[in-house]
Amino acid sequence: MILTVIALLLAAGLVAWAAERFAGPGAPRWVSVLAFLGGLAWAVFEYADGAAAGLYAQQAFAWIPRFGINVVLELDGLSLLMVGLTMFLGVVAVVSSWDEVEKAHGFFQFNILWVMAGVVGVFTAMDLFLFFFFWEVMLVPMYFLIAIWGHENKGYASMKFFLFTQISGLLMLLAILALVFFAYDVGGEVTFAYADLKRASAHIPGDVRAWLMLGFFVAFATKLPSVPLHTWLPDAHTQAPTAGSVILAGILLKTGAYGIIRFAVPLFPEASQDFAWWGMFLGAASVLYGGAMAFSQSDFKRLVAYSSIAHMGFVLLGVYAFNAQGMQGAVMTMIAHGFSTAALFLMAGALQQRLNTREMSRMGGLWTHAPRMGVMTMFFVVASVGMPGLGNFVGEFLALLGAFRQNVWLAVAATLGIVVAAVYGLYLLQRSFQGEPNPDVKTMTDFGAREMSVMVLMMLALVWLGVYPQPVLDLSAATIDTLGVLP
Amino acid sequence: MTALQAQALLPYFVLSGGIALLLLLVAWLRSEAVAFGGALAVLVASLAVLPTAFNAGDQVVDGFVRVDGFALFFFALFAVAAIVTEILAFRYLAPRATHRQEFHILLAIATLGAAVTASAANFAAFLLGLEVLSVSLYVLVAYPEDAKPPLEAAAKYLVLSGAASSTILFGMALIYLATGTLAFGYDGGDIARNDRDILAVGQALLLAGVFFKLSLVPFHMWTPDVYQGAPAPVVGFVATVSKGAVFAVLLRYAVESGLFDAGAVGTVAVVVGALSMILGNILALLQTNIKRLLAYSSIAHMGYLVIALVVAGAADGHLGLGVEAALLYFTGYFAMTLAAFGVVAALSHGDEDVEELAEYEGLLWRQPVLAAVLIAAMLSLAGIPLTVGFIAKFYLVAAAVAGAAWTLVWALIVGSAIGVYYYLRVVFAVTKRAKPDAAASRPPWESVTTVAALGVVIVVLGVYVQPLVEFLRQQSWQPW
Repeated sequence: MILTVIALLLAAGLVAWAAERFAGPGAPRWVSVLAFLGGLAWAVFEYADGAAAGLYAQQAFAWIPRFGINVVLELDGLSLLMVGLTMFLGVVAVVSSWDEVEKAHGFFQFNILWVMAGVVGVFTAMDLFLFFFFWEVMLVPMYFLIAIWGHENKGYASMKFFLFTQISGLLMLLAILALVFFAYDVGGEVTFAYADLKRASAHIPGDVRAWLMLGFFVAFATKLPSVPLHTWLPDAHTQAPTAGSVILAGILLKTGAYGIIRFAVPLFPEASQDFAWWGMFLGAASVLYGGAMAFSQSDFKRLVAYSSIAHMGFVLLGVYAFNAQGMQGAVMTMIAHGFSTAALFLMAGALQQRLNTREMSRMGGLWTHAPRMGVMTMFFVVASVGMPGLGNFVGEFLALLGAFRQNVWLAVAATLGIVVAAVYGLYLLQRSFQGEPNPDVKTMTDFGAREMSVMVLMMLALVWLGVYPQPVLDLSAATIDTLGVLP
Repeated sequence: MTALQAQALLPYFVLSGGIALLLLLVAWLRSEAVAFGGALAVLVASLAVLPTAFNAGDQVVDGFVRVDGFALFFFALFAVAAIVTEILAFRYLAPRATHRQEFHILLAIATLGAAVTASAANFAAFLLGLEVLSVSLYVLVAYPEDAKPPLEAAAKYLVLSGAASSTILFGMALIYLATGTLAFGYDGGDIARNDRDILAVGQALLLAGVFFKLSLVPFHMWTPDVYQGAPAPVVGFVATVSKGAVFAVLLRYAVESGLFDAGAVGTVAVVVGALSMILGNILALLQTNIKRLLAYSSIAHMGYLVIALVVAGAADGHLGLGVEAALLYFTGYFAMTLAAFGVVAALSHGDEDVEELAEYEGLLWRQPVLAAVLIAAMLSLAGIPLTVGFIAKFYLVAAAVAGAAWTLVWALIVGSAIGVYYYLRVVFAVTKRAKPDAAASRPPWESVTTVAALGVVIVVLGVYVQPLVEFLRQQSWQPW
């Protein structure tokens, strides 16, 4: 069933591309919305259907037996959460860029659908070759989204995005192959299966294991992104079209976090334990650096982009704390950040479409023109700052709690990041929506029903995550148990 | 000659007999349609009898040629490449040359030469095949009559490639002097101490010449100039068929003679391969002409293929994997290189080649099919999944890891990382907003169809490669 969903997304991409020719430029987006709604319905159905042995759905068959490569797709609690988020944000991305695109509507939706197909594959693949395959499948359509529909500096941004991801991906490929090779020495069998490699990695010499773990970590830390591998992110996010930014920040960053939780740590538990201090350190550094950089931006979208680096720092901090709270916090932050940042990027896109600028110096006092946009911005800024009662708070609090048990000083440093977040968040709100109305802005259309409905949905999601996070925590707890990495 | 040997040689008979017939026919009937149709028919017929030859098994004929799965697989690749080139060249050549009959026949002759080279079992067949191939190529490169660049390219190619051929020949002579046999394999114990030095010099000369033909660094200088000047369909043919033939015979010779068992030669191959990967990719960064860019990219790809050579040639039992990797890589390389040059050829149906990168801007909005194929070919050359280029590169890395060729693996990683940049530059140019003044000329439908078919091959093999892998494993090739 999982492969069918991926295939349907791919097929929907082709249909959307063709639809522009046969049914006009408005048709492709409907194809996308329907595809993502279908995917969301499927995820809900699998959740309601319940799990057998921890898996909500699974599928396996031979692909390239020559190298022991199989198509193995499994949907466990964590995967289900991420797939659900993916489908939801797919709808958001399409609806939010409903009339943003001016050319090649069909090809635009094609790329969105293909990115998402790759993402679903990444979140469910349990064969390392297949995982890498999907990892790269996400890359090319995302590149097109930035390179074709991006803003003024799209060539530079898209190239940088591609090179960072591709080069770090090559390191991961090398690590995967070396792992398979060493596992072959141990078990006498060529296999890319997750479970087999996890078993075999315990018998690999320790120093080799550390290098292999680093190969995976670099690829995932680039995608996450963590300081010092983050430099592609501000450019890519700022230059991408709104839908692209929503997907990038909402989902693609999470593939990096997911990779660390699913692969880098469980495949090399001991090497990761040794690395834990560095992981937490990089997390705390990302929190502070991302916050400081966000504060010094004058570009609305770039500010939000830097804030993503800070939030992803909490994920790193939580994962490498190596306890249940930290892990749970990381997963919670991934999901909550998906909603809050998607909403802020959506806002940046809406402002750019209306004002033709992202510079906050050319905004100011917009609340008077567009009170609905103002309220929404305020809500999501407050959410991403970490206001109790909303999802982000739960995630960051748990991550910090986990980190505190492990290393007090790093936790304290990262907690300072929350203060910084409040500063740049309120700064963002004040510069754009409050204060003296900017005399250059005469009128501005407020959000309509389409945009409001998307925003309200994400609001509800964040409130629900903040007030009653237990179902999500239960889902991720089951997976975290089976990973078997916590002491 | 036994009946089985005749059966194995059937494709060669069909091809050479057909060519002889066509030459006679064209002497009387000066019609391009006859030459074109005839050449196509001969190539298709030789492909059609290939299954029969496969059934004959591994046949050595008089120690001259060895017709096995390896040789026949290359035969198939060469014939398909020739068919593609014929179709692409048909209308490409029309505004460029008045007498086009011989072009089509020469292409078939070059294919025959390449096929003989790939099945050579001793130096005589090696040289015969190589010269039939090379001499045909000189003429093919120079075929457009009035334009200067092809002539310049042909002159360069003639002089330099001729020099390489004589180096190879001299190397062969020295090897013969030392071993006393024209066969690839020899008994090292029989060679006198003095003759060992002669043998080493001979092998060095042979390798230098062969590396030149493969345009491996540091013997690569001729490649960009020749690729840029030569007609686009012919470049596709040179980049695939001539490289494939020379690589095949080198692989055969290396395995039969244990060339890479001796430490020094193996090291030389590793250094040459690593340098080609890295320098080829770095120099490609600077190009704005797509033919030159592809020339440097082909240098890098030949460097990647050295992995298969080293792994297969090493004495520790990875022969099968190395050969498999080489065959699979060549399958992918043929598809993507022919597709890339095919797009150039299809767009260049006027009297000038469309080869500057700037001319490709906005191609996606003008020629969606050709642009999509070009994007697929570029991503495949860069080794991105969903394309055969990824599977092929994966195979090479797997072979290298198995053979513990770590230097080459690192060079491949670094080279691929650099390579992504310039392949993406092409993709970025193609997807740019269309220029309003760009003329919407219609490329020939038959070229578009052919190129599109290659694009389909690139993607299908990128997703579902298992049947091909199975087939290649059945051809697993053992030395004598």
